[in-house]
Amino acid sequence: METTIAVDNLQKTYKPKARKGVEVKALDGISFEVSRGEFFGLLGPNGAGKTTTIGILTTRVVPTGGVAQIEGIDVARDPVAVKRRIGVVPQVNNLDRSLTAKEILLFHAEYFGVPKNEREQHAQDLLNRFELAERADEKVDGFSGGMAQRLKIARALMHDPAILFLDEPTTGLDPQSRRMLWDLLLELNQKGLTILLTTHYMEEADQLCGRAAIIDHGKLLALDSPAQLKRSVPGGYLVELQVRGDVPESFVTPLRTLPGVVEVKSDQDHVRIYADHAEGLLASAMRVASDHNVMITDAHVAEPSLENLFLHLTGRSLRE
Amino acid sequence: MECAGLTALWIVFFVFAQKWSYGRHARNWNQKKAPSSRRTPKEIAMTTFIALLHRDLRVVRRELISFLLRVAVNPLLFTFIFGFVMPRMGIIQHGYTDMLLPGILGLSMTLSSMQAVSLPLVIDFGWSKEIEDRLLAPISIVGVGLEKIVVGVIQAIIAGIVVMPLAWLLMRVHLNLAWTDLVHFALIALLSSWLFAAFGMVVGTVVAPQQISLVFTVLLAPMIFFGCAYYPWATLHVIPWFQYAVLINPLVYANEGFRLALTPGMPHMPAWLVYGALVGFSLFFTWAGLRKFEKRAVD
Repeated sequence: METTIAVDNLQKTYKPKARKGVEVKALDGISFEVSRGEFFGLLGPNGAGKTTTIGILTTRVVPTGGVAQIEGIDVARDPVAVKRRIGVVPQVNNLDRSLTAKEILLFHAEYFGVPKNEREQHAQDLLNRFELAERADEKVDGFSGGMAQRLKIARALMHDPAILFLDEPTTGLDPQSRRMLWDLLLELNQKGLTILLTTHYMEEADQLCGRAAIIDHGKLLALDSPAQLKRSVPGGYLVELQVRGDVPESFVTPLRTLPGVVEVKSDQDHVRIYADHAEGLLASAMRVASDHNVMITDAHVAEPSLENLFLHLTGRSLRE
Repeated sequence: MECAGLTALWIVFFVFAQKWSYGRHARNWNQKKAPSSRRTPKEIAMTTFIALLHRDLRVVRRELISFLLRVAVNPLLFTFIFGFVMPRMGIIQHGYTDMLLPGILGLSMTLSSMQAVSLPLVIDFGWSKEIEDRLLAPISIVGVGLEKIVVGVIQAIIAGIVVMPLAWLLMRVHLNLAWTDLVHFALIALLSSWLFAAFGMVVGTVVAPQQISLVFTVLLAPMIFFGCAYYPWATLHVIPWFQYAVLINPLVYANEGFRLALTPGMPHMPAWLVYGALVGFSLFFTWAGLRKFEKRAVD
């Protein structure tokens, strides 16, 4: 697969603004590569270095070490060439408040030299697809968070970029708007657009990304598909059993000896089995139950979450 | 207004802007073909520059009424009181209006170009971040900054076109201009507008939004009062230390320049000093403003 984004040992240290301030090491040697057509996620809590990474890749931040390349072009050396190839959806609402929604799209395309007929057509298509056509001739002051977000994405697509960058695109959106945005992004990715997004929502990375990098304190902690990442959590799988009557201790003890089991907890009529992998575990547990004449009334297998992985990697919760 | 008389002006600036924007990056460009276009980087930078101007002029046109009020009300009131009412009262001699006209015009043009650049920048960088979309356009950051200065110059020219005839009609100053004076006038108008647009860029990139009213009282008010708008610089010889102290104020050279062009018969600074200072200050503020602009735009 062709590499479109290559980040090698990227570093960024912010110099103190006040004389007595301290240096902030926002990025401490991050490396990763993204292939054409990938949906790639940068996952981490606030202050992890996600926005700085996107800032460097989109020419707005100059790295203090390492190299970032977009389609083989060094971002720090030729930012103008990079700007032509990327679309950027920033975290804050930076829509041009002096212009109407449609003008925002048209002028953006004009900055990129898109011919007049083409940009008119493209703007109309995007306004329709993003359900903004009705308010196309209004200024954006009164737009809801979801509408502003959709318009920002539409704007970033106006010049037909090869890569789309989104910085926390769904933060602050209601669940419905978030779902709509997810569908839009998945559709764009399916059409072949390379997407890199940052998020601190585990669910978002899980739903959207083919691969995700987990970063914290400017360092890359793990990088894989969400499913593989989750599988790497020891004891990440949870099998929950509900039994008729109280759980006998004679039933719990043999469960602990099943392959892959890390821990078993029982509480009245509930048994929770934590295990490294789930294959065959439920069947084995049922066999133990029938051997001990325990009646199972309900069973549930929970996959490990990225949330747990983050806790496992950093010792702290993602939303702290 | 958006294109007719200003096209020639634009072309000069485009050529200038291109040189600034692509010199550094030209070598890398051909490594890979851009996805949607086969044009050269220079052509693209020029297209982008025109598009940025188009956007700013669209906004100016949309807010034309408030723009005209902002530009015209202050000088008109001033002209009315000092150039019309007070001479009739006999408090001020009739000849004073001849001294006043160049100053009024100078103030209107310089302050419009300064405001046109500084206010949007203060808001953009300090709060709204709206300029980010333009910073991501395929042109260098310096190119975006130069476009801002050009917009300031254009707004100053519009201000001059509005204020000049009104002030002239109200004060009935007798202007008898040779063609050399007109050349001086055009050069002085352009240079002072550019100087103050660049100065506006320095102010706009240094000042935080909450300090903007402070700038008007602490920086702008003294500049205006000590700017030789209401009196020729030569007449300050009665207070020698003051006459030399005001020379640090770039507005002095703009106003004296207009005096030199419009009322050459009245006392005014020598041309070499006016042009030297206007060019020197312009270069300095353009350099400082663009440098600061780049620093604010890129972390």
